[in-house]
Amino acid sequence: MMKSLLAALALTTALSFPAAAMARPVTLSAQLKDYGGNNAYLALYVTDKNNKYAGSLWLAGSRTRYFQHLAGWYNATGGDTSQINGITGASVGSGRTLEVTLDLKDALFDQGYKLHIDAAAENLRESPNDVVVPLTSAGAGTPVKGRRYISSFTYSM
Amino acid sequence: MIRLLHRWPGLLALLSVLMLALSGAALSVFPAADRLTAPQAETSLSVADLAGRIAARYPGVEQIKRSPSGRITAYWFNGDVAEAATIDPATGKAVASADPNPVQRWLTNFHRSLFLEDGGRIVMALGALAMLVLAVSGMLLVARRAGGWRRWFAPIKGPLAGRLHVEIARIAVVGLMLSSVTALYMTASAFGLLPDQPAALAIPATVSGNTGVKVSAINFLQGTPVTSLRELSVPAADDATDVFTVKTDTGTGYIDQGNGALLAWQTLSGWERVSETIYMLHTGQGASVLGLVLGLMALSVPLMGATGTLIWLAGRRSRPRIHNNAPLARADTVILAGSEGGSTWGFAATLHKALHDAGLQVHAAALSSFDAAKLQHAHRVLILAATYGNGGEPASAKGFLAKLEAMETPPAAQLAVLGFGDSSFPAFCGYAQRVASLAAAKGWQQMPGVATVDRQSPQDFARWGSNLGAVLGLPLSLEHQPVLPAATAITLVSRRDYGAEVQAPSAILRFAVPKSSLWQRLAGAGFARFEAGDLLGVIPQGSTVPRFYSLASASDDGFIEIVVRRQPGGLCSGQLTMMEPGGTALAFLKPNPAFRVDGGKVPVILVGAGSGIGPLAGFIRANAQHRAMHLFFGMRHAASDFLYGEEMMQWHAEGRLTSLVTAASRGRRPHYVQDALRAEAQEVVKLIREGARIMVCGGRGMAAGVSQALAHMLAPTGLTPELLRAEGRYAEDVY
Repeated sequence: MMKSLLAALALTTALSFPAAAMARPVTLSAQLKDYGGNNAYLALYVTDKNNKYAGSLWLAGSRTRYFQHLAGWYNATGGDTSQINGITGASVGSGRTLEVTLDLKDALFDQGYKLHIDAAAENLRESPNDVVVPLTSAGAGTPVKGRRYISSFTYSM
Repeated sequence: MIRLLHRWPGLLALLSVLMLALSGAALSVFPAADRLTAPQAETSLSVADLAGRIAARYPGVEQIKRSPSGRITAYWFNGDVAEAATIDPATGKAVASADPNPVQRWLTNFHRSLFLEDGGRIVMALGALAMLVLAVSGMLLVARRAGGWRRWFAPIKGPLAGRLHVEIARIAVVGLMLSSVTALYMTASAFGLLPDQPAALAIPATVSGNTGVKVSAINFLQGTPVTSLRELSVPAADDATDVFTVKTDTGTGYIDQGNGALLAWQTLSGWERVSETIYMLHTGQGASVLGLVLGLMALSVPLMGATGTLIWLAGRRSRPRIHNNAPLARADTVILAGSEGGSTWGFAATLHKALHDAGLQVHAAALSSFDAAKLQHAHRVLILAATYGNGGEPASAKGFLAKLEAMETPPAAQLAVLGFGDSSFPAFCGYAQRVASLAAAKGWQQMPGVATVDRQSPQDFARWGSNLGAVLGLPLSLEHQPVLPAATAITLVSRRDYGAEVQAPSAILRFAVPKSSLWQRLAGAGFARFEAGDLLGVIPQGSTVPRFYSLASASDDGFIEIVVRRQPGGLCSGQLTMMEPGGTALAFLKPNPAFRVDGGKVPVILVGAGSGIGPLAGFIRANAQHRAMHLFFGMRHAASDFLYGEEMMQWHAEGRLTSLVTAASRGRRPHYVQDALRAEAQEVVKLIREGARIMVCGGRGMAAGVSQALAHMLAPTGLTPELLRAEGRYAEDVY
C-alpha cells in the first residue's frame, strides 16, 4: 500500500513549524505478524519529548466505533476524528504490510519526538504502543520489533 | 399483491437468504458451547479480587476481558513475549488458550460480509431485508389462508409442500423476523447510520502523579462484581499519567494508579444499551439458549426455500404458458382470465395466440390483476370468466368486482365478456353476468350481450371467436381443445350393488389408489392427496369428455371410492356399473374445495339422496373427532338401495355419526328427504341457530326441494339459505 500525502502533519497545531521549515518524504513501513485474526486497526502518532501527544500520522481502519480499541491514541485524542482528516486508509490484514509515504518536517527528527503505533483486531488483544520508536536521522532505515501485532517497523527517508 | 411480494423476493434472494440462514444456524452453537466450557466466576467475586489473583500470577498483566459467556481472558507480557489465556476466576490461573476459534471467525466473516468487506455487508443486508419481506408477507398470507389471525394455528389442507411450508413458517417466522430486524439494525450501526457510537470520555487532566496502588485494594473495583465486568485495562507502571480503564455493563471509568480513586465515570447512553441488546439478541452471545432457538429456526429456511419453490412450480404448471405476452403498457388488446381450475386459462391462451397471430399486441393476465388506470392504451378488453359455485367469483378473479365497483371512470377500451359454465346449473355463467351488468352500470362501453361457452364447448368458443373477428375486422379462427389433466388407469378392487329391485341400479365402487411419484406427493398432484367431496374425473371408453363423480373416501382411507347410479343410456355410468373387480378406468382427480367439511367444531347437517350419499358417507367415515354429524338420507326403499346401510350402524356406534333420519320414496309411507327435514324441523332449526353447517349432495330437484323446505322452516328466525350460503354455512354438490 503506497500513500503519498503532502504536509499531513502541518494540520495539527502542535506541529506547526515556521513556514520556512523544510519537509521531506518519509516512508513508514509496518510488517504485521501472522496473528490469525481479522484485519488490524493501526494508529500511527507522535509524542514530544515530554511524552505529550503531538499529532497523528496515519490511521488504518475505517469504522470510528472501533477507534476506542486503539487505547493510546484514543486516550490522547479523545477519539477526535478531525485529528486524522485525510490521513486514513484501510485496515491491514494479518501478515500484510502497511506502507505509507508522508512529507514530514525536518524538525520532527532528533528533537526527542517518538513515533507510536497502537494496534487492535476484533476479539484479540488491544495493543497500545505496539511500537514506540524515537525519530532520529540515524535510526532511519533500521527495523524495530513490535510487541504483539507488528513484526517489524521501519521509517526511511 | 402480497403473493407477489412473497414469491419474487423468495426466488431471487433464495441464495443469499440460504447462505445467511445456514451460516447463522452454524454460528448459533458457539455461544452455547462457550457458555458450557468457560470457567464461571462465583457470583460474589469482585473485579478487585479477580484482578488481584491474576496479577499475583502474571505480574505483567495489561488487560482483563470478560465475554458475555462469562469467559475471562487475560493478556500480559512475560518479559518481551505477549501472552494471553482463558483464566479460571477461582484461582487466577491460565487454564485454556485465548485464541478465538478460527471456524467461528471464518463463519462470522462469511455471515456478515462474504469476506467482501462493505460490499459483502450490503449484499448480506439485502438478504436480511428479503428475509424480513418474506416473513411479513408470509404472515399475511398465512393469516389470510387460515381465515384470520386468531386462526393462526388452524389445521391446513392441501398438497404436502404447501402444508409443510406453512406448518414450518408459522413457528419459525418469529425467529426469522427477529434475526432479520436485528441484522438490519447491526448493519446500519456498522455503517455509522445510527447515533449509537460510543461517547469518548476524556482522560482526566490531573492525576495523583503516583503509581503502585494494588489492584486488589481499589475501592471501586471491590464494589464491582465480576459478572458486570466487560474489561479492565492496567496502566503502564512507568507513566504516572496513565490510568486504569474499567468498562462494565453500565459504563466506563478511569481510576488513578497512585491512590485508586475513581477519576471519571460515564454511563452507557440509551442508544448504546439498545445496540448491546440487539447484538445479544442477534448473536446469542449472553443469551445462548435464545441463540440456539434462533439457529434452529434459521434451519427452516432451506426447507421453506425448497417447498416454496415446489409450490411456485406447481402453480406454474396449472396454467398454460402464454407465449409472446405483450407488456400491458404496449398492448392494444388485453385478455383477463377469471379461472377456477385452470381450464378458462386454456381458452385464454388459445385466444391470445390467435389474436397475436392476427398481428395484435395482446396482454393476458388474471382478472384479479385488473387495474382500470393501466388500461389507457388498450383498445379492447376481453374478459373470460368462469363461475365458481353458485355465481361466485373464480379463484383468479379474486377482488375484481370490488375493484370494478370502486372504479370512477370506465376505460375507453371496448369490453367483451365471455362466460364459461355448465348450463345445467341454475346460475349458468352467473359470475360473467354479474361482471357484465356491473360494467354496464359503470358506463363501460361493451359489445352487446354476454356470450357463453357451455361445458367447455369448442364449438361455442369458435362461434364467439368468429363474431369477435367480424367486429375487429380480422379473420379469427379459435380452435381450442381443452387440455385434460393426465388420466391414470385405476383398478377396481370391489363393488357392492344396490337398488336393482327399485329401478335405481347403483354401485359403491372401490378402486386402488395408484402409486404416486415423489413429485406428485410433494406437489399434491395426481392421487397423492384427496378428500371426500373432491371429484373423480372418469374418461369413458369411446369419449374424450370426462364425467365427474364425488369421492366417498379420502387419501387417508387408502382407497378411491365412488357411488355410481346407472343412468339410462349413460355411457360412463354404464361402463362403470358393468365393471368387475380387476377392471380399470381412466381417471384423474379434481379438487373441490367448496364441498369439504371445514376444521371447525360446529355440528354438521348432511342431506343427501341416492348416489349423493357418496361424499357424505366419506365425511362421516373421516369423522374421527366425533364432531356432531346429523345425516338425512333419501332413498327409494330401505330393503333395496340403502347405500352404506351396514356401515351406518357401525359409524353410529363409533360416534362418527350422531343421528340418522331416512326417507323412502316407495313403500308404505312414501316421502322424500325434504319431508324428513320438515318432520325434524324443530331440531334442525335449533342446530342451525347454534351455528350448524349444512351440506347437500344429490340431484338438482332434491337440492331445490331441500332449499325450499329450509327456507320455510327458517322463516321465523330471519335466516335464509342464501344468508347461510353467504356465510359459507350452506354448501351444495349438485348434479
